[in-house]
Amino acid sequence: MKSMSTTPLSSVSSGKQVHIVSIEAGWGLQRRLTDMGLTPGLKITVIRSQKSGSVVLDVRGSRLALGRGISHKIMVRTPDN
Amino acid sequence: MVKKEKNRITVALTGNPNVGKTTLFNNLTGSNQHIGNWPGVTVEKKEGSRSFKGYDLKVVDLPGAYSLTAHSLDEVISRNFLVDENPDVVVDIVDASNLERNLYLSLQLLEMGVNLVIALNMMDVAKSRGYHIDAGQLSRLLGVPVVPLVASRNQGIDELLETITCVAEGKIHIDRLKFSYGHEMDEEIAKLESAITAGALSQKYTSEWLALKLLEEDEEIVKKFEELKPDGEKVLVVKNNSLAQLARIHRNAAGIVIADARYGFISGLMKDVLKKPAAEKVSISDRIDRIVLNNWLGIPIFAAILFGLFQLIFNLSLPLLNWINGGFGRLSESAAGIAPDWLGSLIADGFIGGVGTVISFVPIISLLYLGLAILEYSGYLTRAAFVMDRLMHRIGLHGRSVVPLVLGLGCSVPAIMAARTIENPKDRLVTIMVTPLISCGARLPIYVLLAGAFFTAYQGLVIFSMYFLGIFLAILFAWLFRKKLIRGESGHFVMELPAYHMPTIRSVLIYTWLHTKAFLRRAGTIIFIAVMLFWLLDYSGVIEPIGRAIAPIFSPAGFGQWQAASALIFGVLAKEVVIGAFGTMFAVGDGALGEAISTQLGWTPLAALAFMAMCLIYIPCVATITTIKRETNSWKWTGFVIGYTLLLAWAVAVLIYQIGSLFIA
Ligand SMILES: Nc1nc2c(ncn2[C@@H]2O[C@H](COP(=O)(O)OP(=O)(O)OP(=O)(O)O)[C@@H](O)[C@H]2O)c(=O)[nH]1
Repeated sequence: MKSMSTTPLSSVSSGKQVHIVSIEAGWGLQRRLTDMGLTPGLKITVIRSQKSGSVVLDVRGSRLALGRGISHKIMVRTPDN
Repeated sequence: MVKKEKNRITVALTGNPNVGKTTLFNNLTGSNQHIGNWPGVTVEKKEGSRSFKGYDLKVVDLPGAYSLTAHSLDEVISRNFLVDENPDVVVDIVDASNLERNLYLSLQLLEMGVNLVIALNMMDVAKSRGYHIDAGQLSRLLGVPVVPLVASRNQGIDELLETITCVAEGKIHIDRLKFSYGHEMDEEIAKLESAITAGALSQKYTSEWLALKLLEEDEEIVKKFEELKPDGEKVLVVKNNSLAQLARIHRNAAGIVIADARYGFISGLMKDVLKKPAAEKVSISDRIDRIVLNNWLGIPIFAAILFGLFQLIFNLSLPLLNWINGGFGRLSESAAGIAPDWLGSLIADGFIGGVGTVISFVPIISLLYLGLAILEYSGYLTRAAFVMDRLMHRIGLHGRSVVPLVLGLGCSVPAIMAARTIENPKDRLVTIMVTPLISCGARLPIYVLLAGAFFTAYQGLVIFSMYFLGIFLAILFAWLFRKKLIRGESGHFVMELPAYHMPTIRSVLIYTWLHTKAFLRRAGTIIFIAVMLFWLLDYSGVIEPIGRAIAPIFSPAGFGQWQAASALIFGVLAKEVVIGAFGTMFAVGDGALGEAISTQLGWTPLAALAFMAMCLIYIPCVATITTIKRETNSWKWTGFVIGYTLLLAWAVAVLIYQIGSLFIA
């Protein structure tokens, strides 16, 4: 059975693929992320996960860097376990 | 649409940041460029011209943008230009190695109904990654011409020009792309569309686009409708009903649903257009990032790069500087003999001593810009922003503040303009307020001259300490302002890391040339006028009493002579003038100027150091002040910057001199 537990993006380690479940941010930030290609439901790869919680993602083929303030607010689900 | 002139074609260049827009612009227009008042990063409106097959092409470079929503200044600039100026052709430059994300902007341009041509740039990068892109298929599916390019190698430019003229002539017709935003959304769009139809806004915009923007809750467009009484309000009521209706069906806001539909459409396209190799190799960019973004190495690498840049500039330019000065010195000596007396003095002191001294710094300034061009064009600067984000966050700034601060090493004016990319208004204001503390190229001549005269053995160290002081104060004051004056959360860090690119020699040279030209233009205009005015006032004896009145203020800092005070007053016009003014007063060229200062003013090395710090910190030059006013749109904050820098400069200069005296005595 698939587990449906979600975790913040900041806690995902480098190299993992995850699905975005929700972006718990205000309208402005949500829209900015949308413009950069990050939308709920999307499958992304975490390229780098820094100690600080900031991350570099592969989003639709581009490299997107997010500060820790945001990566805490993006809830993701790992495909299995 | 009636064209104003028959043979004139207006072409707007647009695209995401870092797709090679500047490179293409340079290719298209060569040196026929015109950049507003100041060459900015790409925030300035750049225009160029080009003739092709009997047409006169006017090319306008729009700021890089990811989207055409209204939430960043750059995007609004782009959008308004497209609407108001209605260019004949819009060229959207798309990074072929990053097609999916780039096409998001293209779709929005198609929604606006512009005459679009897609320039598929970076084909070489895409190929090296093993991507196969079917440009013909992409063109058919989007209904617009697609021209593959390698802008950095000048490939595909003629085909692009050909296509542009064909579109302008109407030989290629571009239909508005139709695709579905989902059944329910389409219905609401249609409803809104019919409510809008009769309004005054539909002259400029298509009603379909207006409907879409309303559902996206675009502030600008909503405001336009609010102002449009009473019709506009009726439309807004329909909009609110639609949004309420959509909220019942969708979990996400309508804006997100629309964006999702665009991305969905693009993913569909990708299947038909792009073939990627089954197992993608880790790209070179990602491999470089493993080191550059490393938890431990990131910040040391950034510091090392800045230090290396600095070393390089000095080691290369100091010999050149001395060589040029020797020449000016001889010139000045022979000019001093010219009769009548005043003419000899004008040429020798005013012209050669003043303006010549400033011009002798051209090599240093160009090298500085050369270094900055490489940092910027290679894609490293965005990494620096990411690496520094946490540190910058601690002092209450934003990672992106690193970009203006680094560019400030060149000139504060484009640096302050680059702060536009910082979304959070408080982060942006504080960045603007501290950027003038970063030592710019114009202040460098002062250090070089004084350090050379007073600290022969430790020249490099002393000059470096000024840079360090500037950076230190910028950080300290950013933190203070954020703590006490302009409080509140700082913005989030969201930034694309573009793939690294080997900067082309051509684009680096153009960047360097444009900035050096700006420096020379300043030397020819404002600096020339200031120095000539100074010569006149000095020759007629007007300046001395003014200088004498102010000088005592600076006595505690060790440079209480009227000459120093006079030079400082004129230095506000442009900091280079400080050196020019000394040259004029002591009637010597740069070669002997340092010595003249030390013998005639009787400065100790400590006084010279205090004076350097004063020049570093006190009131930004007029051009910078004007820029601060324009960018903050506030006389209050502009006045504040003038005030705090002046007080701080005096305090630091006095501290250096007084504390230093304790140790030396
Ligand atoms: N390999 C390759 N590199 C390119 C190509 N076009 C541009 N570049 C390089 O990509 C880098 C970025 O190009 P720019 O022209 O500065 O990009 P831009 O879109 O103006 O970027 P911003 O000024 O940040 O908006 C530079 O180092 C260029 O030399 C291309 O077709 N192939």
